Parts: sequence; structure tokens; C-alpha cells
Amino acid sequence: MKLTLTEEQEMLKKTARDFLGDKCSKTFVKQMEESETGYSRELWQEMGELGWMGLAFPEKYGGGDMSFLDLAVLLEEMGRACLPGPFFSTVVLGGLSILDVGSEEQKQEYLPKLIRGEKIFTLALTEPGYHNYDASSVTVEATRDDGNYIISGTKLFVPDAHIADYLLCVARTKSKDGITIFLVDAKNPRINYTTLKTIAGDKLCEVVFDQMPVPKANILGRLNQGWSAAQKIIERAAMGKCCEMVGNIQRVLEMTVDYAKERKQFDRPIGSFQAIQHYCADMATDVDSARFSTCQAAWMLSEGLSCTKEVAIAKAWIGEASQRVFALAHQIHGAIGVTVEHDLHYYTRRAKAAELAFGDANFYREIVAREMGL
Amino acid sequence: MDFSFTEEQNKFRQDVRNFLEEEIKKGYWEPACDAWVQGFDPEFTKRVARRSWIGLTWPKEYGGQERSHVDRLILTEEMLRYGAPAACHWFGDRQVGGAILSFGSEELKKEFLPRIAKGEAYFGLGMSEPGAGSDLASLQTRAVEDGDYYVISGQKTWASCASFARYFDVYVRTDPEVPRHRGISEFIVDAQSPGLSRIPMTDITGTEAWNDVFFDNVRVHKRYLVGEKNRGFYQVLHQLDYERSGMERLMGNYPLFEAIIQFAKDNKLSQEPVIRNKLAQLQIEFEVGRLLIYRVALVMEERRAPNWESSMSKAYSTEFEKHLAGVAMEVLGPYGQLMSGSKLVPLRGMALHSYLGSKGYSLQAGTTEILKNILAVRGLGLPSS
Repeated sequence: MKLTLTEEQEMLKKTARDFLGDKCSKTFVKQMEESETGYSRELWQEMGELGWMGLAFPEKYGGGDMSFLDLAVLLEEMGRACLPGPFFSTVVLGGLSILDVGSEEQKQEYLPKLIRGEKIFTLALTEPGYHNYDASSVTVEATRDDGNYIISGTKLFVPDAHIADYLLCVARTKSKDGITIFLVDAKNPRINYTTLKTIAGDKLCEVVFDQMPVPKANILGRLNQGWSAAQKIIERAAMGKCCEMVGNIQRVLEMTVDYAKERKQFDRPIGSFQAIQHYCADMATDVDSARFSTCQAAWMLSEGLSCTKEVAIAKAWIGEASQRVFALAHQIHGAIGVTVEHDLHYYTRRAKAAELAFGDANFYREIVAREMGL
Repeated sequence: MDFSFTEEQNKFRQDVRNFLEEEIKKGYWEPACDAWVQGFDPEFTKRVARRSWIGLTWPKEYGGQERSHVDRLILTEEMLRYGAPAACHWFGDRQVGGAILSFGSEELKKEFLPRIAKGEAYFGLGMSEPGAGSDLASLQTRAVEDGDYYVISGQKTWASCASFARYFDVYVRTDPEVPRHRGISEFIVDAQSPGLSRIPMTDITGTEAWNDVFFDNVRVHKRYLVGEKNRGFYQVLHQLDYERSGMERLMGNYPLFEAIIQFAKDNKLSQEPVIRNKLAQLQIEFEVGRLLIYRVALVMEERRAPNWESSMSKAYSTEFEKHLAGVAMEVLGPYGQLMSGSKLVPLRGMALHSYLGSKGYSLQAGTTEILKNILAVRGLGLPSS
């Protein structure tokens, strides 16, 4: 058992922290939130040059041959920096899913472009009224037409769909238990996008498919058997969100402790008062426990071990732990923390979005209950 | 990062499980809550010692096995999982042995460590006093030099395992003239010494959980001074780090945890969404706490005292224990109020015992408030108040 990073991971972490410290100021984050696209093409290309998109992909597709655990280090730093843009969508939702279930031909076709930073991918999974990540909630239909398929219906909360080149669309191909994942050209004119205004200022879209044809060759994985692949995608996405959140709350703990040391009232730092000290201690406990449970699940995922229960534990825990962390962070920061002048709100808003993404604590508690044999 | 155990560690865990299952099968004892601190079974301790499982991390020359702290955590985790009656050796193994090893003279190491490891020397603690709880440095029990001896007078309280202890690890004031942290020393005192008397105290579960220990001119030879004279306060802080470090803070009531899950399954309560949700939350909290405690073992493995890390894990874990007992009482409904021995009592009264017992967990070995102070000041670098 070991809880420390390897030398290589430490280097990656340092590079990422320095790079993002330089390129991803809160001014930049704000600009991206206000912009239409939500990302900077220039920064995207620089990240591609650093090999970040390809980090966790095999060398034969142009990747860095590193593991999910290495990617976890990078995601943590991105969470720490509140990095805007389609990295998560492209790599965690798109690329790793193609790597998982795509045919060799599909991998050869799509992964090198993704890794070079040329193409943006995302996942179209959730739907209106959908909040229970199960197969029966998928109603967008792909009907057979002359050997090909026609997709119709509305997907919701699809991150970065408006700038994506490809969508992984989870659709129903059979009335009962028949789910198939399609790789769709996102620029097809029969798709309509509306960007929603969200708490995190990220770009979640409503995506409407209007009788959109998809060739049979664009099925990812197996026809009608796509749900087990989708579950794995959801599991990995939840894990990725946990990694981002660890970076987020770690940074918030540091900001809050620094503030408690500096801010003086009654002629002494407020951090010398026990009430504040105990708040900080509670925050640190939530941060460390969230880190370890996330790392455990990320390690298992990285090792290819079955980790449904551990992912569920990590996501359920961090969802609620992070809310406790933010309640205390705001209380300790006082009124300045609820103004837009202070950076805290960037983290607060993102943590709430991440808590809701890919299953909240109640959703994962039910999975834990099942794993316990209840 | 690596969350796996080595093959040897997995085998070791299995060996411990096999041993404990065999013990239960033979009817030697029943799994019980709080058995690590209330299960006094000298024969069990002897059988554990024969497997060389006491003092596992100590040097071989003193009867140890030089195994890792993670190995020891595996061992104690399994002892707790099975609710094994390990109280006779728990304190010597967990902290007093380590204190002697860190600070004691060669003579003391040779006299006590092999006997703890053989399951012969049971230890109780003499730290708190009626007027010195969280503010331990205010303790008043005095030791006065008299030739080759110290003469101890005063009262200790909340002494766990004291009824069975053959020795006490006692902190007393040896210099009242200096600032209070600098006038305390640590001694090992034979429980049979003339002038030493014990009066049991009953806790709200009805258990004789502690003793008041009175010292009336108890003579202790100088060679039983542990470490340097007047350095006792610094030594006790070190020892407390170890006292707080272990899995017993999370798993003291593990038999109840297993039983209440089984009860919910057997009675179809587990199909009720509210109960499913609560039991799953307990499982989540348990698994998360377990990782906090393994982190502590890894800190010890680096030869560092697990200071704020064990404060964190202990404060966290005692909340889990309270939550577990609370949920168990809820699941049992009105049956939860039935005491052990009553007609219709479910789960041998474990839930009620834990519910009442868990009120004390966040007080013993450092209150949660003290632990949060330590975490804030030493872990996060906040200015002391």
C-alpha cells in the first residue's frame, strides 16, 4: 500500500500546476465563462502540444501510454485551476470511450486526431426528465433505415456539444434493453444546439436530433448491447469528476486556511479562534477522506479491477463532503467570499455542478446498497 | 499510489481470520462490541502471543517480529472484525510497548517488552486525574525522590483495563517549581505495589469500564522511570499519537455493523428506500474512515509519529461509531430499547450497548475538540489560540 505519487506523476503535477498557473488565471476563466465557445483555441493547442489529450492513450495512436491514474493527477490540477474548455468531454467522455469499445478501425480513424488536439468529442447521454442513470431512461431513438440509422429526439446537458466535432450518442435501438452508442458527426445540419446558462459557467447544451441519418459503420461497440459500455463510461466520468473535485476542494481548503491566518479581528488572526480552527479541521478531514477514496477508486479503475462499489463510494462521499467544505469556506471567508471580487465563487459554482454530474450521492448510495447485497 | 496489499499481507490476513474463526468455532468466546478494551481473556492473549502476534512491529531482540505497521493494522483490523477479546494485551501492544521502546532504558526494554509479547504483562494507563482531563499538564499526582526510589501520591481516574492490569504506565509531577509541562515524568508501576488501590467505575452501559486508581505513598524504584526525568509530558504526547492511531476507533462495534445489516436483510427492512440509504451511507463512511486509518499506518511506516493524522482519523471514526449506533437503534425501532438479558432483545443487546457506549468514544484518548485543535494547529499551521 502506498499513497504517494511516483516521480513521474510528481513531475506531471508540477508541470500542470505551473502551466495552468500561468495560462489559466481567474480573469481568463471569467472570459471563457462569458464567451460563446467557452474555450480558447490557442490554449487548447498548447495543451495538445504538452501531450495532455493523449496522455492516457496507447502510443500506437500517438498517445503518451500513461494510465488513468496519471490522467487523474492532471484532472486534479485542472479542477484546482477551474480550467474551462472541452478537455473532460474530449478525453474522458469521448476518447477513452472510443478506446474502450471502438473497433480498431475506429480507433485508428479518430484517436490520433483527438490526441493531436484537432477534434473535439463529447457524450450525449442524458435526456429531458432523465436523472437516473439507467437504460430505461434513454428514449432518443435510432431507427433502422436501409441498413443505416435515423436518430431523433433530444439530449440534454451535453457538455461542449456546440463546439464538438463528434458526439457519442447513446440511443435506443430496440424497445426493451436495446441501447446502442453511435459516433455522430456533430456538424451535421440535422442537429440543433442550444447552450444553456449554468451555475458553473460551463457550456452544457440541449441537442436536438431531427431525423439525422447515421451510417451503420458508426456504431461504437455492439448493436443493442451498448448499455454495459455506457455504464462503464458513466463510471469513468464520475471518477473523472471526483478527481477534478479533489483539486477544487484542496485549493479551497488552502485558500481558506491562508485567509484565516491573515484576516484579523479583535486584534488577532481569526484562525486563532477555536471555532474557526474546528471548521478548518472539519474541512481538512473532508478533503483528505475525499482524496483517499477518490485515489483508491482511480487506482482500481487504472488497474482494470472491478470498482463499481469504490467509484460509488468516492462519488457519493465527495459530493456531500464538498458541500460541507464550501459551507465552511464561505463562513470563514465572511462577506468577501460571497462577492465576485473574490475567487471563491469559481470553486463553489463548479463543485455544485460536479456534485450533480454523472450521479449524485443518493444515486451512488443506491449502488452501494446493491453492492452490499441489500 | 497503490492500494493493494502484498501477497504476504493477504496471506497474513487470512491466517488471522482462520485463527479467529477456529477460536469462535471451538466456542472459546463470542464476538462482542468493545472487546478490544473490555474483553479480558488471558488465555486468548496467550494464544495470540504464541503466534507471535503481540509486539509485531518491535525489534526481534525484544520479542517482536520487525513487521510493518500496515501488517499490524491488518492484524488489529481482523481482531476487531471478529470482536475478539484482546483487552489484556491491547494497551501494552498498542502504546506502552512503543513508549518503552522509544524512551525507556535498555533495562526496561529487556524487562517488559518480551513479557508483553508473551502475553504476560498487561498494562493500564494512569494519565487523567479528577482535575486534569483535556488539560493533562495540570496533573497533580506527585512523585518525590527518596534515595533510589520515588514515592508517588495522588489519584488517577478513567483508567481503562485497570482491573486486570499488572502494571500501570503513570504520569506524575516530579518538579512542581518549573513550568508545568516541564515537571512531569513517566513511570511504570507494579499494580500490586503497597499503597496502590483501585475502585471500579461503572459506565452508562453498566460495564465496569474504568477504575479510579489511588496512590498512597507508593514506592517505585528509579529504574522504572521511563525516559528522562521531567520529560514525561513530551513523551505522553508521543504516546497519545499512537493511542489514537488505530482501527479500534472505527471498528470497536464492527460486530453490530455486520449484525444490523444482516438484520435488515433478514427482516426485509433493507427494501425500504430510507433504510437502504442509511445503511449504504454507513458503509461509505466506514470505507472512507478505513482509508484515513491506513494513511496513519503509512505515516508510522515512515518512522514519523502520526500526530495530526491520527487526530483526524480518531475524531472522524468516533463520529462514525455514534452514527452506526444511532442507525442501528432506528432500524430496530422499539426493540432497540431492550437491554441484554431481556426477553425479545435483538442482536444480544449490541445496539443499545453501542448507543450508550459511543457517547464516550469522542471523549477518551483526547476529546474531539482537542483533536481538532491539534489538526488545526499542527496539521494546518493555524496560530494557537
